[in-house]
Amino acid sequence: MTSVTQPSNQHTIAVLVDNEPGVLARVIGLFSGRGYNIESLTVAETRRGRHLSRITIVTSGTPMVIEQIKAQLGRLIPVHQVSDLTLEGAYVERELALVKVKGTGEKRVESLRIADIFRARAVDSTNESFVFEIVGTSSKIDAFVDLMKPLGLIDISRTGVVAISRGTDSLEGDD
Amino acid sequence: MAKEQMNGSEIVLKALVDHGVTEVFGYPGGAVLPIYDAIFKQNRLRHILVRQEGGAVHAAEGYARSTGKVGVVLVTSGPGATNAVTGLTDALMDSIPIICLTGQVPTHLIGNDAFQEADTTGITRPCTKHNYLVRSVDDLARVMHEAFLVAESGRPGPVVIDLPKDVLMAMGEYLPKNKVALKSYKPQLKAPAKNIKDAVAMIKAAKKPIIYAGGGVINSGPKASQLLTQLVKATGAPCTLTLMGLGAFPATDKQYIGMVGMHGTYEANMAMHDCDLMIAVGARFDDRITGRLDAFSPTSKKIHIDIDPSSINKNVAVDLCIVGDVAHVLEDMMKVLKTSQTKPEAKALKAWWAQVNEWRSKESLKYTQKGQVIKPQHAICRLQEMTDKLKREVYITTEVGQHQMWAAQYFGFEKPNHWLTSGGLGTMGYGLPAAMGVQIAHPKALVIGVAGEASFMMNMQELSTIAQYRLPVKVLILNNFYMGMVRQWQELMHGSRYSESYMESLPDFVKLAESFGMKGLRATKLSEMDAMLEEMIAHDGPVIADLNVDPKENVYPMIPSGAAHNEMLLGPDDNTVNSGAEEGLALV
Repeated sequence: MTSVTQPSNQHTIAVLVDNEPGVLARVIGLFSGRGYNIESLTVAETRRGRHLSRITIVTSGTPMVIEQIKAQLGRLIPVHQVSDLTLEGAYVERELALVKVKGTGEKRVESLRIADIFRARAVDSTNESFVFEIVGTSSKIDAFVDLMKPLGLIDISRTGVVAISRGTDSLEGDD
Repeated sequence: MAKEQMNGSEIVLKALVDHGVTEVFGYPGGAVLPIYDAIFKQNRLRHILVRQEGGAVHAAEGYARSTGKVGVVLVTSGPGATNAVTGLTDALMDSIPIICLTGQVPTHLIGNDAFQEADTTGITRPCTKHNYLVRSVDDLARVMHEAFLVAESGRPGPVVIDLPKDVLMAMGEYLPKNKVALKSYKPQLKAPAKNIKDAVAMIKAAKKPIIYAGGGVINSGPKASQLLTQLVKATGAPCTLTLMGLGAFPATDKQYIGMVGMHGTYEANMAMHDCDLMIAVGARFDDRITGRLDAFSPTSKKIHIDIDPSSINKNVAVDLCIVGDVAHVLEDMMKVLKTSQTKPEAKALKAWWAQVNEWRSKESLKYTQKGQVIKPQHAICRLQEMTDKLKREVYITTEVGQHQMWAAQYFGFEKPNHWLTSGGLGTMGYGLPAAMGVQIAHPKALVIGVAGEASFMMNMQELSTIAQYRLPVKVLILNNFYMGMVRQWQELMHGSRYSESYMESLPDFVKLAESFGMKGLRATKLSEMDAMLEEMIAHDGPVIADLNVDPKENVYPMIPSGAAHNEMLLGPDDNTVNSGAEEGLALV
């Protein structure tokens, strides 16, 4: 009842699920059906043979909505664990992007120079283009992309955020 | 030693039998023919042939709600499955345990737009607690056992198992049910001891407590209802129930203050608004209960007991969350309560009851039966008086609309599992097939489906099922020749513009009954009513009773949408609240 007045915050949530058909659809359907935001979502099997996938979701909402999102995720049968990394202490967050820049002459040199500052690697090169690989927080990638725009940016592919808690805590447990 | 091989259909039936299933509600079709063939060859499972798949799910809901067991449905692929969707959604909203077996085209045809193919697991994902597509016969027994575990434990709900035809025909091994466990699914039954202690401390400190209980108490089993009664007695607090909770606490008890919510009693809603401690037990703060959220019980502390963590703090922020099964939590709570002197102080409680009784004295359910035009409220009251005298179990099902509210307001229940209604989804057409399911489960009981003429017509094909199995279901139609609740809202909120809410071209319900070999009765005025009701109750077979009631009668009291608990309309002459606010109009 206070949800109207509460401020909306961004949360990074890690979800451990059975790697089975339809599990991603369940998670996405939950978000769309109940009107929650998905700002980023990544999913992949974590270790072969254990049939577990880890989903990292970046979402936003008031504290009451975030509580609901976690409770609703927990209700899904194939969900093993739900962890709100934003609330549960320090964590590391990374995203990878492949950024294609087209240009010649001074602009081309400038893009390479900026890539160097951002520790982005050129993973493909033609006479008039580069594909840079950059890893970092989403805001770092945003900044890189902004700088590349005037230098001939034509294509971006981003993975979305993956995240993990610092220290010895584990979502998955030992083998 | 090689294990016994059987085909997929036999595995399905063996699993059903192993889980204690004795009745299945279904309708055959191409994709499930192998199961129907297996049913033909055995005699442990009884198949009830419905007339439309939607009827099968509602019948299974009635069966489940009145027995506490899982209701089982068997339908074919494509349209069979899509017809089941409304019932599945209904069962999800009201937390009814259902297993719905759907046929599917053979695995090699899935995705090819084959005849009678539908993406059943895709369609039913948001309207089931869980669903499965079984791609190999090797998974079949495990999935069957898991499905029962999911459907009946925790907060119960519907589970769909989609069965491709080739899987049903393939040979495989049966896995015993005790070999199955779900690692990722462990509903919390017992609450931490600290929660219980804190709750008891809050009860002790309360001056104006109220207990607000819902369908979760009924889902938790008959023991939960007994424990709820003990809690109400131990605290001395007034008790109100939701629509789904009726029967969880005896209606004749002095501490019962009636149903809460949009058409609840004045005293229940006022007490909810003014209390200083609300103990919510297996209820979910639905919008029909709370009215305007920012004015909902503004000064109370709230304890919420629910097995589903997502029900807690969803609509209303509470002070103490207790996640657990109602029976387990109340049992622990009673233990702590018994060892400590816990009644809220007697003086405060006495003052609170004086206030509650003052609200009660408004007699918000009062109606006037004058002349020969039958008031629907009076019909329900007479029905109760007549059935109270019987030594039979009486079950009441309803459709959705005005008649449903009148039945809820005027028919009192002493025991759980005897009241069956579509609460969350509000599905017109629920009551007739649900009554059928109840009668299948309780052949000797008196099962009365209170209906409106509009709702009744939504699933009246099931009359044929009732005739086939000679189910002595009594359908009491409170016929007002309108979609009454639609008409009521149009009158109150849309300037009496009765757009499309008048029921024209109604059948002659007496002749309709007779065409199915049933008894048809009609009463059009008060002097005929009692005799008709008595004949309906006494008749040893199915009856359709067409009771023509006052077409202009509305359901009161009422919290208009967008209004708060303390802004109730008590009757047509009550102009104390101007509820026509634009804000309220947009709400449902």
